[in-house]
Amino acid sequence: MAISREEVKKVSLLARLQLSDAELETMTAQLGDILGYVELLSELDTDKVEPMAHALDVSNVFRDDKVRASLDRGEALANAPKHDDECYRVPAVLGDG
Amino acid sequence: MTEPYTIIIGLEVHVQLSTASKLFCGCSTAFGSPANTQTCPVCIGMPGSLPVMNREAMALALKTAVALNCEIPRRTKWDRKQYYYPDLPKGYQISQFDLPLSEKGYLTISDSRGRFEPKPIRIIRAHLEEDAGKSMHDEVAGKGDSRIDLNRTGTPLLEVVSEPDLRSPVEARAYLDELKLLLNYLDVSDCNMQEGSLRVDANINLHIDTPEGPVATPIVEVKNMNSFRAVERALDFEAQRQYEVWQETGTIMGAPGGHKTTRGWDETAQVTVPQRTKEESSDYRYFPDPDLVPVTTTEEQVEAIRAGLGELPAALRERLQKTYNVTPYDADVLVNQGRELVDYFTELADRCGDGKMAANWVEQDVLRWLNDRQIGIGEFSVSADALAGLLEKIKGGDLTTSRGRDVLTAMLDSGQSVDAAMRKLGIQSVDQNELETLCGELLAANPKVVEDVKEGRLKAVGALIGQAKSRNPNVNPGQVRELCLKLIERM
Ligand SMILES: [Zn+2]
Repeated sequence: MAISREEVKKVSLLARLQLSDAELETMTAQLGDILGYVELLSELDTDKVEPMAHALDVSNVFRDDKVRASLDRGEALANAPKHDDECYRVPAVLGDG
Repeated sequence: MTEPYTIIIGLEVHVQLSTASKLFCGCSTAFGSPANTQTCPVCIGMPGSLPVMNREAMALALKTAVALNCEIPRRTKWDRKQYYYPDLPKGYQISQFDLPLSEKGYLTISDSRGRFEPKPIRIIRAHLEEDAGKSMHDEVAGKGDSRIDLNRTGTPLLEVVSEPDLRSPVEARAYLDELKLLLNYLDVSDCNMQEGSLRVDANINLHIDTPEGPVATPIVEVKNMNSFRAVERALDFEAQRQYEVWQETGTIMGAPGGHKTTRGWDETAQVTVPQRTKEESSDYRYFPDPDLVPVTTTEEQVEAIRAGLGELPAALRERLQKTYNVTPYDADVLVNQGRELVDYFTELADRCGDGKMAANWVEQDVLRWLNDRQIGIGEFSVSADALAGLLEKIKGGDLTTSRGRDVLTAMLDSGQSVDAAMRKLGIQSVDQNELETLCGELLAANPKVVEDVKEGRLKAVGALIGQAKSRNPNVNPGQVRELCLKLIERM
């Protein structure tokens, strides 16, 4: 199954990846190869296989509703490209999230 | 309604569940802490961190879903909803896509003022998801930066989505009031809109009858409404706006320019304004979150939850009307005040044996006292039992209603019993002999009144009541009137 250049362009936009024309070309070919490989699975007869929502056969893993210590603010902000004493700083967000 | 259109409204409500910690990590959910002091590697999306589901959040969500008459699938799972936004540090929100924890419920709305007939509003689904952070535009610095606080990130939200079954802003308001009341009775959320623990988005459009057949205006999602009143007003405005735009342009749903748009409510200007929208929902690229395992629920668990719900508002209103003979309006007022006040009312009504009288006293006197002081019934110092004692004295004729109010005030001010408060106010019940002597004296002193009454002018006896009260403030006017008429008859 091939993927079109336009589809790759759209996906890269959604992933906020800026690809050059050459990169777009490479990615289209590589993603096409990956999809083609996965497509091999469709040759199997899966009629009698239950669809699964998760790779692990485990369910109901919970934690108790207990508050635990949070990160120190300085530590939490440390890796951000831009921050002040209290907040992360980002280019202006217009409208409402 | 005489508008030439039908309004179609569906509501999406996000409710913050009352857990101590976040949905997938142990950070506190407390409101109002300094920015970015309630975060950890899990909720700010550090590589390698792993979310673990909060048991209490799941329990509160299921409880609400069952109370909303939803079907609870045996199995539910978590999905990633991908989009880039600065207040969403992971680049995706953990939500539920194709296997929500509940679906196909309903909430019945009614209006004690009779503006619409009671009707069930269908609930499409109620699912759990994590909240995003908060972005604030830094206008003071003027540098055009936005500041991000991630304290709220990962807080558990229950999203309740209704079918577009609401036909007016009034019905939308009633749905929200009823939902909030239900959440209060269930004790699953504090529903504080100012603090963002209850948020409402509305989808609205119009169905218009035209000579060429019915048409629909493009759907608009309205956001940014900070109170239920604002929701009602925004929808009123939006319906009118859509009708005017349709008259001007004729644009209908699905036609060029007729796609769904988003508008925000401007509280100051009282108008809706266009908003820039995020990516189309088909671009969210949901997929199952590999870090979280599915949750299963058994039929027995659902039954146990159902059994533990307690009496919910709709059933309670009905019981108050049937058992205590109060009007639908009174039942509504009482139930809307919450479970504690209803318990006070029923105890009072049971003890004094008069539901209507109990409702009057609770709604007028008790509620006024509570509202004036901004306190709850838990802080009302006169017990239902003590108030019942007072009402019995009024019913027995020992006290007039207005004197009874004085006694209640004295009881509240001094913390005294009914009898002590009455003694303090100098009120003693007047015994029958005393009353007969008093009336006899009055009749002897007022032959003109006696004559008038004998000639059929019964109203004349009113003059005696004032005199009786000035001689003894504790007499009951009704009893004086009755006794005087009886004595005159014998004369
Ligand atoms: Zn955290």
